[in-house]
Amino acid sequence: MCRLLYSLPVALFVVLAAYFGVALVSGRDPHAIPSPLVSEPTPSFELASLDAAALSEEALKGQVTLVNFFASWCLPCRAEHPLLMRLAEQEHVPIYGIAYKDKRADTERFIAGLGSPFRRIGLDEQGRVGVEFGITGVPETFVIDKAGRIRRHYGAPLTADQVRNDLMPLIRELARG
Amino acid sequence: MKRVLLLLALLVAFAGRAIAVEPNERLADPTLEARARAISKELRCLVCQNESIDDSNAALAHDLRVLLRERLGAGDSDQQVRDFLVGRYGQFVLLRPPVEPATYALWFGPFAVLALGVLGIAVYLRRRAAGEPAPVQLDESERRRLAHLLKEDG
Repeated sequence: MCRLLYSLPVALFVVLAAYFGVALVSGRDPHAIPSPLVSEPTPSFELASLDAAALSEEALKGQVTLVNFFASWCLPCRAEHPLLMRLAEQEHVPIYGIAYKDKRADTERFIAGLGSPFRRIGLDEQGRVGVEFGITGVPETFVIDKAGRIRRHYGAPLTADQVRNDLMPLIRELARG
Repeated sequence: MKRVLLLLALLVAFAGRAIAVEPNERLADPTLEARARAISKELRCLVCQNESIDDSNAALAHDLRVLLRERLGAGDSDQQVRDFLVGRYGQFVLLRPPVEPATYALWFGPFAVLALGVLGIAVYLRRRAAGEPAPVQLDESERRRLAHLLKEDG
């Protein structure tokens, strides 16, 4: 009984060490906040777009698409931009942009300067559609399946690694299914 | 001088009341505004994360304050407003996590640890009271050595 009691701290240490070890090795990002919208239907919205037609969630149905929230005032969006261009031009992924809290003229200038990876760009000047999607900043990206359900949420700028190892396999899988 | 003192007194009096809610955000109806304030104190600003949207100056916090006032004005209940935001931002948006199976460890863990500690102390005290051994007497040679040492000291 006594020996059992004395080995308790050691046992506690082993349990804690195992817990921290697993948490460290698993690579889980404790700052990542899972979006409750994943596997939910895309929120309905209707936005004026840069060209004449409006952009609504109906435009997203029927194919696997990306929705990318960006803004001309956002530096990480500029950094992410070449990656989106490559996705659109080489992988032919349809990307719909939503300009979050941005003025039309600024969005136009941003696109004119860098080129557009987007099929269409919705203008969310008030940031209300951003709230519907539960974004906390820009850029954020959503993967939407053929049925119009959100399947993945990236709450930070995409990286080349993510695109190769996570995004593209997911898009291929969703396109087959 | 008096005026300076008065100004200082006023500054001190209002310093604690500096809040992020801007005048143009407030609702005309004081009961609705009070409800809005109460709800926004319990909602996390997702940009700064350790501030409520009532305290935060972030643009998103401003948007959410305006949004929740709009919804209250449109006749939503407090719970409906909270559910609306939880549905979009997840339970992380609530500064006070709800009591449910996933948060039992969070809510009850400290009490469990406390109970374990109390149990440990109780066991320890009971054992000590029951099995305290009688003090061992010195034998003849030890007593002589002790007397010798005491004498040497004095």
